[in-house]
Amino acid sequence: MTTSPEAQNGIRYDLRMVASWIPEGASVLGLGCGDGVLMHYLKTHKHAVCTGIDIDEASVASCITKGVTVLQGDINEEVKDYPDNAFDYVILAQTLQQIYDPAPLIREMLRVGRKSVVSFPNFSHWRVRLMLLLTGHAPVTPQLPYQWHDTPNIRVITLADFRRYARQVGFRILKEVAIHTDRQVKSGRVVTFWPDLFATYGLYLIAKKTL
Amino acid sequence: MSEYIQHDQQGASVGLVEKQTFTFAQPPTAMPLACGSPLGPITIAFETCGRLNAARDNAILILHALSGDAHVAGVHAPSDEKPGWWDFMVGPGKGIDTDRYFVICSNILGSCMGSTGPASIDPATGRPYGLTFPVVTIGDMVEAQKALIDHLGIQRLHAVIGGSVGGMQALEWCVRYPTKVESAILLATTTRHSALAIAFNEVARQSIMADPNWNGGDYYGGPKPDMGLAVARMIGHITYLSDASMRLKFGRRLQDKADFSFNFDADFQVESYLRYQGRKFVERFDANAFLYITKAADYFDLERHHGNGSAVAAFAKARARMLVVSFTSDWLYPTYQSRVMVKAMKKNGLDVSFCEIEAQWGHDAFLIPSPRLSGIMKGFLDDDHIP
Repeated sequence: MTTSPEAQNGIRYDLRMVASWIPEGASVLGLGCGDGVLMHYLKTHKHAVCTGIDIDEASVASCITKGVTVLQGDINEEVKDYPDNAFDYVILAQTLQQIYDPAPLIREMLRVGRKSVVSFPNFSHWRVRLMLLLTGHAPVTPQLPYQWHDTPNIRVITLADFRRYARQVGFRILKEVAIHTDRQVKSGRVVTFWPDLFATYGLYLIAKKTL
Repeated sequence: MSEYIQHDQQGASVGLVEKQTFTFAQPPTAMPLACGSPLGPITIAFETCGRLNAARDNAILILHALSGDAHVAGVHAPSDEKPGWWDFMVGPGKGIDTDRYFVICSNILGSCMGSTGPASIDPATGRPYGLTFPVVTIGDMVEAQKALIDHLGIQRLHAVIGGSVGGMQALEWCVRYPTKVESAILLATTTRHSALAIAFNEVARQSIMADPNWNGGDYYGGPKPDMGLAVARMIGHITYLSDASMRLKFGRRLQDKADFSFNFDADFQVESYLRYQGRKFVERFDANAFLYITKAADYFDLERHHGNGSAVAAFAKARARMLVVSFTSDWLYPTYQSRVMVKAMKKNGLDVSFCEIEAQWGHDAFLIPSPRLSGIMKGFLDDDHIP
């Protein structure tokens, strides 16, 4: 069950899902944008005005080569240069689990963007739970394919954790979609039944608390 | 910038190009300079490759660095041993694609490669200007380029592109003529020299002025300050390389000998290399032009002249889409200086891309063929998705 209208296009399912939340012509900042596939998609399909930030030279070069505006640098630092509400949307796609200190970054995202999109692999998926329970080893799954000693993913997050984190940090969750898709797979589906257990990824649309 | 001129590996070339000149600012309508003196007539040497389209909107202006010239790509005659200084970057299908763009490169004002400079004849006296030539600035160079662009009937440039001192000119274009520049590529450059960069330039200038043949700049027709200019070039070369590139290129290897000679000949390869570069340079470059151009580079201060000391205020005037590129081993214009301009551009809401390329070649990296550099420049220039 592929629900997104962009289903036939060749980008990852989770990125397509993120793209479906971005309105036509929006201004977008993509943090940890990698080789710019989502930025390029938003630019060409949504006529969005996109800027990406990534720390890796090869990824940055790949963005520029495909015509995506991008800055090489540390997202935690680069985001500070923008004025309040400089963007309609700030996207942190599958990068939260690699952030050392997430709260200041999320606050900056909410400051420079009117809305933000955060997605991450769900650590409470049944396969993760079962692996730890039955084998005693740190879980290695298609979504989290690393060993404990070589993973770039220094934070393990569950859907429930993120909801609680929203209350603690003080931001609103405007939309939550749980999906089932593999890491590099272009198909997927929305998980409505027991998402905490059956979703491989969580996608959140968040915003500042209104006073 | 150094000389790494080499033919394209694939053999693609713009082919034959022709050196042209444009003369303007005939007195009494001499061009006013930043220093207050008027200058005229002014001749600017330039070359073009590719074809200007009917809409006249595919022109790219390439700005050369300190010791460069208008001969950016191709050859002047089929028998030429070496092509232009950026032949690997400019040509059909290359980073700056001459199948798409009309490329213009002009020799800077104050130089000695065909444009008016201190070695030119002052029509008022019939003798070379020497030190009576007014001190020119990066802004003056841009004014002369603007006169050339107007002469060619180009209202708006698709891009201005420059490395090092050429990048300074590109930056100046962006803030001086924001409506005439659609995009800019700024390579290994800075909005203002550090004390380190000024210091090296000053040592180079002192070397020229300490040569007895320099004679207060009045040496035309007599022996030239070749030793002073050669040493100045040697100093420059050290700053264009890096510890890593010199270690790889020379190490402590000896030149054509097995042991030290116990005299002051060139024992080490690095000594021999620098002496060779110095000798080669004096054959083609004028010592006074070197003084004037290094001074212009030292005076360049985008923050001071366009932003009251603030980079953010300086870039408030700019409108162009920007690509800023620095190189990891460049210690003359290090990455932090590129980040200063990128930050100021961001704060002004400009469309800016920035990439720091891992390279061991030091400041000269933009003159070394690199698929990465060519790739990003092509991607940036050929971007057809702007709404």
